[in-house]
Amino acid sequence: MSGPNSDFDPVEVAVLQPEAVDAAREAALAAIEAAGDPEELKAVRTAHAGDRSPLALANREIGALPPQARKEAGQRVGKARGAVEQALGRRAAVLEAEHEERMLAVETVDVTLPTDRHPAGARHPLTTGAELIADVFVAMGWEVAEGPVIEAEWLNFDALNLGPDHPARTMQDTFWTEPASDHLVLRTQTSPVQARTMLTRTPPIYVVSPGRVFRTDEYDATHSPVFHQVEGLAIDRGISMAHLKGTLDHFATAMFGEGITTRFRPSYFPFTEPSAEVDLVCFVCRGTGTDPERDGTVTCRTCKGEGWIEWGGCGVVNPRVLRACGVDDTEFTGFAFGMGIDRSLMFRHGIADMRDLFEGDVRFATTFGSEL
Amino acid sequence: MRVPVSWVREHADLPESATSEDLAARLTALGLKLEALERPAEAITGPLVVGRVLTMEPEPQKNGKTINWCTVDVGDANGTGEPQGIVCGAHNFAPGDLVVVILPGGVLPGNFAISARKTYGHVSAGMICSGAELGLSAESDGIVVLPADAGEPGQEAFGVLGLDDDVIELEINPDRAYALSVRGVARDAALAYDVDFRDPCDRDVPPADDAGWPVRIEDPSGCPVFAARLVSGLDPTATTPEFVARRLAQAGMRPISLPVDVTNYVMLETGRPIHGYDADKLTGTVGVRRANAGETLTTLDGTRRTLSTEDLVVVDDSGLIGLGGVMGGEDTEMSGTTTRVLVESAHWDPVSMFRTGRRHKITSEAGKRNERGVDPTICEAAADRVVELLVAYGGATAEPGVTVVGTPPPREPVTMAADLPARVSGIEIPARRTVQTLRDQGFVVEEQGPDVVATPPQWRPDVTDPFDLVEEVVRVVGYDAVPSVLPTPGAGRGLTRSQRLRRRVGRTLAGAGAVEVVSFPFVGDASLDALGLDADDDRRRTIRLANPLSAQEPAYTTTLLPGLLRAAARNLGRGATGVTLFETGSVVRGGSSPTPILGVESRPSELELKELLAGVPDQPLHLGLVVAGERERAGWWGAGTSPDGWAGWADAIALVRRLGDELGVPLTTRAAVLAPWHPGRCAEVLAGTGESAVVLGHAGELHPRVCDAHDLPRRSAAVEIDLDALLALAPERVVGPELSSFPMAKEDVALVVDVSVTAAEVEAALREGAGELLESVRLFDVYTGAQVPDGKKSLAFALRFRAPDRTLTEAETGAARDAAVALAAERCGAVQR
Repeated sequence: MSGPNSDFDPVEVAVLQPEAVDAAREAALAAIEAAGDPEELKAVRTAHAGDRSPLALANREIGALPPQARKEAGQRVGKARGAVEQALGRRAAVLEAEHEERMLAVETVDVTLPTDRHPAGARHPLTTGAELIADVFVAMGWEVAEGPVIEAEWLNFDALNLGPDHPARTMQDTFWTEPASDHLVLRTQTSPVQARTMLTRTPPIYVVSPGRVFRTDEYDATHSPVFHQVEGLAIDRGISMAHLKGTLDHFATAMFGEGITTRFRPSYFPFTEPSAEVDLVCFVCRGTGTDPERDGTVTCRTCKGEGWIEWGGCGVVNPRVLRACGVDDTEFTGFAFGMGIDRSLMFRHGIADMRDLFEGDVRFATTFGSEL
Repeated sequence: MRVPVSWVREHADLPESATSEDLAARLTALGLKLEALERPAEAITGPLVVGRVLTMEPEPQKNGKTINWCTVDVGDANGTGEPQGIVCGAHNFAPGDLVVVILPGGVLPGNFAISARKTYGHVSAGMICSGAELGLSAESDGIVVLPADAGEPGQEAFGVLGLDDDVIELEINPDRAYALSVRGVARDAALAYDVDFRDPCDRDVPPADDAGWPVRIEDPSGCPVFAARLVSGLDPTATTPEFVARRLAQAGMRPISLPVDVTNYVMLETGRPIHGYDADKLTGTVGVRRANAGETLTTLDGTRRTLSTEDLVVVDDSGLIGLGGVMGGEDTEMSGTTTRVLVESAHWDPVSMFRTGRRHKITSEAGKRNERGVDPTICEAAADRVVELLVAYGGATAEPGVTVVGTPPPREPVTMAADLPARVSGIEIPARRTVQTLRDQGFVVEEQGPDVVATPPQWRPDVTDPFDLVEEVVRVVGYDAVPSVLPTPGAGRGLTRSQRLRRRVGRTLAGAGAVEVVSFPFVGDASLDALGLDADDDRRRTIRLANPLSAQEPAYTTTLLPGLLRAAARNLGRGATGVTLFETGSVVRGGSSPTPILGVESRPSELELKELLAGVPDQPLHLGLVVAGERERAGWWGAGTSPDGWAGWADAIALVRRLGDELGVPLTTRAAVLAPWHPGRCAEVLAGTGESAVVLGHAGELHPRVCDAHDLPRRSAAVEIDLDALLALAPERVVGPELSSFPMAKEDVALVVDVSVTAAEVEAALREGAGELLESVRLFDVYTGAQVPDGKKSLAFALRFRAPDRTLTEAETGAARDAAVALAAERCGAVQR
């Protein structure tokens, strides 16, 4: 601590006079207020709060005062400097906010500009549709079985109770491969997958087999020589048509919505006995037969007024098939069903022309995205 | 099968109130599916009445036409009883004729409303109708003039014209061949309404004797029953009665001549195909045998056919006279001068019929019935019915003598547990209901303890198994009665690994902007040529189809690229500026081998099964991908990827490598030469490294000629890999990384190497040389130009170092960098710039 300055004449330290300190403070505050941007404020800070600013110089002179005067002068200068620092801080915040606001305004863009720099991809609805169906069954504890599309004639026909002279063989116009002695076909149904499953696994069996099938059909808006089927097979003790009905009702509801159930009509398939055609409640008119968009007098176009839509075929697995595939038909019964995936998607999504599925036009698949 | 409702009603006592719709619905519920219901009266609203023309005054008109101003007696139908004044343009009638009149207020087909209107100076109050106007015929040949006894003036005309007779068209499944007859349909109709059925075959038939036409059957298994009757004195000018002609037309058959029409009528009625021979053209005994090799026959469609030893033929002393059960011979065909007719009503082996029909590509109404199975017990009745009609409408005389050779094989009874229908259907069906239901359908049923022993009727050759009986019971109980019960499988294993991975493949590629397509998997020489494949390319080893859709694409595909390239070109042709497409699908390369036809009585042996499954060719799942046109779009942000100078090849490789990364299988590339790719811009796509690397397929830019051939822009790029092989490499379980949070040290190096040295070689050397501290290495620039000598290029790499346990010192990273550069110099001749 320095000793008292005996030469000191307090009257002569002008910068510490209250008027002088006040004046310096007022000048500083005025300059701060007048600063229009952060740069100016920086200069103001140097001039009025820097090392060589009047208040800094005044502060330095405090030591020159006699001890009894120092306290008062110190307080006076300290208050003034505090006020200046506060004002600087406030002004800086204001100026920064203003600056940011200006910058953000300048950076404004038109958010309605197109953003399609990277075109969207999509999966095909036939793929995602098959997955949707698979998920419905997997959720019930079923599994998904698959098999080759070029298939042994025996698995596609004979094992399924379609012997060489069975009239049903002419119902399905089959693509055969050459040479004929190889006995290979492009599978006409996914049923050979069922045969393979029965031949290689032991019951209980609950499998669905979605996949591509082939028939020598014309190619038009509602037919295709290449199409897709999902078949189901359940083999267990005590299986009946009631279980078939329950499964298809659940499937229909999961695919087409609440209230869409099924009905059976007697039919014929070599691999099932009894056999049935399965119809769906028309999910457009919900079975009323009239167009719901109109006043109830116009026939529903989807079901042509019948209130039902043909969905597929089904039945109780013919014991002859069980025997050929090594399932003990005295212990087990089974049911099987099959429907077109393409056709189901056409109903579900109002697709008018089947050929749209096979043309590869990206506008088609991108409408559906990557899940159905 | 098209059946007029009136014909069904003739044999089933249906309630008057039963509508055609209700009948059709009930038949459908029994398994005879409604295909179409024709209601000819539907389009007409009355009053449509019989009228008698009283007067007709021809009145020539200025336009050259002559109209008739007629008065027509329509009884009280017009409310006044006064004659109706009608203008008529037709001339094919005369006063006194009975005609069909539609009165004002009526509506004709086409929503043609009739009103009294002023025309040609008269008020014409109605219309005298033509067949075309009534929707009865396609072309108008004047107005309809009714037979004199057709009815009285004023009588409602719908019935007179047969317009009130609806026609039900049914789809008949192979197991319900009995319903290819009015007899069968009426039997099920009676069953549906629980009313009486009158069997058209239930008639008094004269007993067989030795006085009939001599017939000898050499092949009783092929032709178990042969009945024959002779009529003589047939009037060749006799015309087909109106009801026969109308019903044939309703059933969709064309009336031809009385004897032909009668045989067809009886076939529709009974289901039994009948053949009529001109008896004057027959010589001696009629026989049935299998054809001899090389024998020929001209059938009545004029086709000369060379026969197989499996074909059943009808012969007489002169030789072949018919292809038994399928089609008659031309030489003995009935003609406009035939007066003596031998009526053949025979039962044929269905399998033989099916094979002969298929062998000679003959589809006929007779063949359709014979190959599905006809009641063998009605041969005599059907023949007798033909004789009856020829006598009644053809003035013929039935000759004495009734030939019947053979007897119908007996039906084997089928034994079924009485509760089987209930167990199989899930419906509560008491045993007595099962028994009754079968009896109602003509089965002879005995109850033996817990079993039901049912002998099927002869018109049900399809019923051979207990489960066949179940369907017959359940269809009558009603499929609607089947309850809805969810089965309860045990816990499933969910999707297989491959199924889950394939979903990831699709999502990854779609997420990267690729769109999945589905193409037909057919290929031909032209599409393989367009890919520029060599003559010995494996992808030319196709499996061909015996009956392809198109001769241009007769084989199953060996590559997914033709379909993808076509789809890409189609999109660009339809205005897309660029597409990235992918497809997954099976391909088959190489030939095929035989698969056995095994028995079906029991499971094949393991050996047989192995042989069977091994014979089916491998069909690996492939992934194909094409990038054509803009991959990144042009826009306000700047240019997109343009065809010129655009590195489509890199995009293609990037997509497949992204897929590898997603599946946990890092993929690398190596230069390769393979069509359809550009020889300098084609990469083999590899999984693994060094000796154990597996080639999964190829990626890169398409050859310019391939682009041109497919109408794709140059520099379009493509990928095809064996997806099954990739999926097999995906790790089951990924081990989580240990992340170091110590600072990373960066070192960039620019290395000058010969242009022939690949980036991958240099990178590998850097990686190995840098040692364990290296975290990553990434090439970020390639430079050729003034700063490096000719024949050289500069590759700039960013090396990143990090240690798991400490902050690296400059000395450590420097040493690692120097070691990396040193190895690159040693291996690749790299010189640091």
